[in-house]
Amino acid sequence: MSDFTSNFWNLYIAILTIAGIIFCIWLLVAVGKREQKSSDSSHVWDGDLTELNNQLPGWWRWMFWGLLIFSIGYLVYFPGLGSFKGTGDWTQIKQFDEEMTALQAKTKPTYDSYLAMAAEDLSKNKNAMETAGRIFSNECARCHGSDAGGGAGFPSLKSGDAMSWGGDVAAIKQSITEGRTGVMTPMGEAVGGAPGVKAVVAYMRSLSGLSHDEGLMAQGGKLFEDNCAACHGADGKGVKEMGAPNLTDNIWVYGGSEAAMTKVVELGKNSNLAQGDFAMPAYKGVLSQAQIHLLTAYVWGKSHK
Amino acid sequence: MKFFSHETLETKLPWLIITIVIVVSIGGLAQIIPLFFQQSMTEPVVGLKPYTALQLEGRDIYIREGCHSCHSQMIRPFRSEAERYGHYSVAGEFVYDHPFQFGSHRRGPDLARIGGKFSDEWHRIHMVNPRAVVQDSNMPNYPWLEKNQADAKTISARMKALKLVGVPYTDAQITAAPGELAGKTEMDALIAYMQALGIHVKSVR
Repeated sequence: MSDFTSNFWNLYIAILTIAGIIFCIWLLVAVGKREQKSSDSSHVWDGDLTELNNQLPGWWRWMFWGLLIFSIGYLVYFPGLGSFKGTGDWTQIKQFDEEMTALQAKTKPTYDSYLAMAAEDLSKNKNAMETAGRIFSNECARCHGSDAGGGAGFPSLKSGDAMSWGGDVAAIKQSITEGRTGVMTPMGEAVGGAPGVKAVVAYMRSLSGLSHDEGLMAQGGKLFEDNCAACHGADGKGVKEMGAPNLTDNIWVYGGSEAAMTKVVELGKNSNLAQGDFAMPAYKGVLSQAQIHLLTAYVWGKSHK
Repeated sequence: MKFFSHETLETKLPWLIITIVIVVSIGGLAQIIPLFFQQSMTEPVVGLKPYTALQLEGRDIYIREGCHSCHSQMIRPFRSEAERYGHYSVAGEFVYDHPFQFGSHRRGPDLARIGGKFSDEWHRIHMVNPRAVVQDSNMPNYPWLEKNQADAKTISARMKALKLVGVPYTDAQITAAPGELAGKTEMDALIAYMQALGIHVKSVR
């Protein structure tokens, strides 16, 4: 079925195109028939400066003839005249599909061999890691940084400990495949408003050996036990199954200043997903299985040098 | 009189103008005009809806800030582009774009399939200071977007103008538009626009 609303447009294009070529041929023939001799164009300046009306140079006319022959050949081979598909059966999309299929066929044996290797071994394979590095640059570096060192609100992948969902191969693969959305409930009210938050922050800072208010620490510890330990553990070391980060390692994804910590405790994180807080997207379907496997090895390798 | 003689053409200026216009318009007549009557050019892809008021405000900010001078929105059907950005762009994705934002420069990456690739929060951090998330980015900072309120006053008029050129907004949508922008910043609008780009065509591996 034609893509056009009416068949008229096929004819319209074909006729315009062919008429254009015929016009050019006529023009060339007509111009070529003229006398070779220069004639006066009757333009005279400054009394004796005249403009001549010369024949077009031969090389130019022959090039034009070549162009016309090329355009006829083009219109026979490629789609150009309305709905005529051309004898070459070429389309842009067909060429694209062929290239993609060829690429897949070419890379499949390599990807398959990578898929058969354990991620731990793969992370020591130089070629595989070069490929993985490129995928990382394109898909992961935008948040986790080109050196995997993380960024504002996005965890570093250089230390297994910084990965609150776990830094082992299975956990990394799960994170990439299915994505992750950690939810931290806003605790402002639960701990009794601003003074409570201040105390909890003081306790958190003491866990990581940061400067803190000794007086508030004890009160904060009590509040922590009642409100935070359920996810972060009684010792504050985090629970990987829930993505609750370790609070004792002095790694703070959302910033380690007192102000930044206060904000997280008070307002939580990802508690309002409609506003699109931080979340790790799922790459299932975006990347192939082998590519995810490669990335897993790459990320695992970052923290297991 | 010889209509096409050198002398006639050079001395009868209106005639020269007419003949030039005819000659230079042939290409456009054959290549551009028929596009308006081609279904793959004029029918929206499945699921495509006109921009909501907030997204439209974002689109206008995108144009105002000149985003199109560094970002294209057109993935060509080449292997390298599809590998990097996703499924190549198709005409049906742009039928509600007036003007379209194909762009011609790529100082920054193509944005045709940016929707859903990043979280809103990522965009927020990135617009204020791109270096906070992409260390070697050369994109300028746009901190004022977070401070400026979305323009609720003229949004209805802008939607009416788009309706005139064929975007199927309903009267109810146009009336509700200022309300949708209430309390929203330009940042919210621009992010809403980003998240709506290119989400209706996907390639799955």
